[in-house]
Amino acid sequence: MSKYIKDRTPQIVTIGEDQHDLACEKKSVAGSVSQRACVFCGSRVVLYPIADALHIVHGPIGCAAYTWDIRGAMSSGPQLHRLSFSTDLREKDVVFGGEKKLYSALTELIEAYKPKAVFVYSTCIVGVIGDDVEAVARQLTKETGVEVIPVMSEGFKGTKKDGYKAACDALMTLVGTDDDYVAPKYSINILGDFNLAGELWILSEYYKKIGVEIIACLTGDGRIEQVRRCHKASLNVVQCSGSMMHVAKEMKDKYDIPFKKVSYFGIEDMSDALYEVAQHFNDPELMANARALVSEELAKLIPALQPYRQKLEGKKAAIYVGGAFKAISLVKALRLLGMQTVVVGSQTGNKDDYNLLSKICDKGTVIVDDSNPNELSDFVKQTGADLFIGGVKERPIAYKLGLGFCDHNHERKEALAGYVGMLNFAKEVYASCMSPVWKFIEK
Amino acid sequence: MADKIPVLKERKNFVATRNACKVCSPLGGSIAYKGIKGCVPVIHGGQGCATYIRRYLISHYKEPVDIASSNFSEESTIFGGEANLSAAIQNVITQYKPEVVGVCTTCLAETIGDDIGQALRNYKAANADDKSIPEFVYSSTPSYQGSHMDGFHETVAAITKTFATKVELNEKVNIFPGFLSTEDLRMLKDILEDFEIDYIMIPDYSETLDNPVWDTYHRIPDGGTSVEDLKMMGGAKASIEFGPVLNRGNLAGRVKNKDLALTGAEYLEKEFGVKKFGINIPVGITQSDELFEILSDISGKDIPKKYTMERGRLIDAYADGHKYVFGKKAVVYGEEDLVIAMTSFLDEIGVEVILAASGGNSGILKNEIEKCAPVHGKTTEVLGDLDFEKINELCIDMKPDFIIGNSKGYYIARELNIPIIRVGFPIHDRIGGSRLKHIAYKGAQENFDKICNAMMEYKQENSEVGYKYI
Repeated sequence: MSKYIKDRTPQIVTIGEDQHDLACEKKSVAGSVSQRACVFCGSRVVLYPIADALHIVHGPIGCAAYTWDIRGAMSSGPQLHRLSFSTDLREKDVVFGGEKKLYSALTELIEAYKPKAVFVYSTCIVGVIGDDVEAVARQLTKETGVEVIPVMSEGFKGTKKDGYKAACDALMTLVGTDDDYVAPKYSINILGDFNLAGELWILSEYYKKIGVEIIACLTGDGRIEQVRRCHKASLNVVQCSGSMMHVAKEMKDKYDIPFKKVSYFGIEDMSDALYEVAQHFNDPELMANARALVSEELAKLIPALQPYRQKLEGKKAAIYVGGAFKAISLVKALRLLGMQTVVVGSQTGNKDDYNLLSKICDKGTVIVDDSNPNELSDFVKQTGADLFIGGVKERPIAYKLGLGFCDHNHERKEALAGYVGMLNFAKEVYASCMSPVWKFIEK
Repeated sequence: MADKIPVLKERKNFVATRNACKVCSPLGGSIAYKGIKGCVPVIHGGQGCATYIRRYLISHYKEPVDIASSNFSEESTIFGGEANLSAAIQNVITQYKPEVVGVCTTCLAETIGDDIGQALRNYKAANADDKSIPEFVYSSTPSYQGSHMDGFHETVAAITKTFATKVELNEKVNIFPGFLSTEDLRMLKDILEDFEIDYIMIPDYSETLDNPVWDTYHRIPDGGTSVEDLKMMGGAKASIEFGPVLNRGNLAGRVKNKDLALTGAEYLEKEFGVKKFGINIPVGITQSDELFEILSDISGKDIPKKYTMERGRLIDAYADGHKYVFGKKAVVYGEEDLVIAMTSFLDEIGVEVILAASGGNSGILKNEIEKCAPVHGKTTEVLGDLDFEKINELCIDMKPDFIIGNSKGYYIARELNIPIIRVGFPIHDRIGGSRLKHIAYKGAQENFDKICNAMMEYKQENSEVGYKYI
């Protein structure tokens, strides 16, 4: 594999051909054109959906500008999260320090926008010039009565995963601060759903039907008061485990709340998510409700999927997404449509995820960690993929080479979770794979 | 029912920037590097800088945009980033076999004081025997200085200074078009070719950021101005540079070095005596006429009939449509040079620009608008260093009939229920942003039609009758 960077080869495995275990959880190689962003990105994506908080990026303008209203994370109420605030540091601030600017910026904004809390994201430069963001935050909290929470997300301090951790640390400063709340009998928190295209609302309908209440979702359609009282739930149900496992583990340690790892993509994983929650509460009625809901949904869904499956049967797919846990669900969901996964990778997967992927995928499938455009484009050509599932940065690779594409990232506007999401997924894959335009592209 | 995005009732100036009307310097620098043949941009800073910039550009251009990062770690931040930069360059060479590596700095690299020039010299010295070593060029583009436009023009200047040498006089013409759409650049090249002008365009990303489909992935997209051509710039018979602002926003808020770098064309004039023609971006008839006259002078050729016909049809359209736009009030926003050019165009068709707004901060915006918008320029509210929330509040108070600028203003137009005419960069909510025409008679034709049609559609949609003829 000499055409790839030598240091990257341990992070690429072809099932049945390569013997080594896939290397992962490493820093990106300089010059590799990784599809990953940085620590700040990890924090920003996790906290962004909290809709009644004011999010301010402390640094020069780029970091705020690139993350303005970037996600399809919907709110049923406030929309404050969709404004992008920045201290927009200039040279004089860098030379003389940005604390004063941060202090006056926030004093004004809190007065004007009356947020329920404030998240202050530190960027690279703040780490270098040594602004004491924590001190400014403490002072402002005292003066305004609004919780100002520093998020230590300096970009150079690690990878996107470290950003998830910084976001979880910030969330944990709020968790448990409302102790008066009395939880319903069967109550859970959803961790790691971001209500993209309203997906949380689909899930909460399901849970409501089986008899379970959601106290808080971290962080989709998120509200500060929900975060404050979410320690009253009986169970944490973790979806995007890469980002939210820290919170789940800390709540286990601190409040003895157990957690379950689930996924809401595809029929099997969605149904398992409902069964596992029902089973946790050990109430036959919940389990009966879950069974009824699953059979009712499947009775509608399976026939509805048939026409798509007929056309898609035998097609090959490449997957490159943020977290590998989601990729596992996607492999299964594609199989349900008769499609085979020939390339699968992620930005931040861990060993367990990749081991599972290498078990469920077929021989010849390329598994890759922290890939780049050169590798991905080679893999899809080598394997003859017909479809690419990824995000904005992967889309042009697919289209340029004449592959169909399905957006399964933060910006998507189609709900892909739940049973209805599976149908939407089939429709989207079908629409892209079956388009007549591909006939004009020679392969 | 979800709330609306909050808008304040009170009007005041904020210390914080609320929805920036600009992006950061290395984004502009990366675009400029994409205009050199065989060039891979490397952003010297955190991994996120390159990835965010790629994502932002991909959403506009709908193209693969490969930009490498030196991927700073905590160690590089403390001990300097030279080792990371060398590793990045080495891996870029392995993967891309580039002819040129263009390095942009970031706020992080600049603040810790990395000496990029020295790092690149060290790299070359260490690899002196290696024939595959590409050419290097670097530009200083910290995010805390100016906006993406300053990064763009600083990089254009750096490219010029790096490659231009004293060469024999030649028949070439240097053209510095500034930040135009890829379609604009292609139109401009057609115009130059129709005048039989042998040009050197800096930068020319008309193909590299707007490719046909590929059978195999092109690690470096075709197109761009070659280094051989760039080396001829010093002997050219003239330079044409669009835009009065260029990198002048870069001075705002500077503490250390208060000297403004020369622009590409200024440098060539000073160093090599290449005559510089500076004009506004040629948007609308008045400004396009200037371009065509200069080209006619330089080439010694009459304006080709194709263009006199285009101009004629445009004037004919102005006559057909003038009443739909006359007296309409518009808000223009975006990069300063584009705002100036657009305001001039709107002024010549009878639209009153009530607010000309930019996130850029050159300090010369007001003066330039007064010069190029003779009808309304004196009364236009002109504001630099502005953000979108301020523009939003001003729009609510000033009640324009339409707004014109990049797609980020959409939320303002949506709440006011007025049309938005999408021009410039970025266009993130429509297809074809890179194919938008702005310059010359064809660009004016496209935008005139769009504005007229938007006004007609607005009238039609809001009429009880539902007219079939408007």
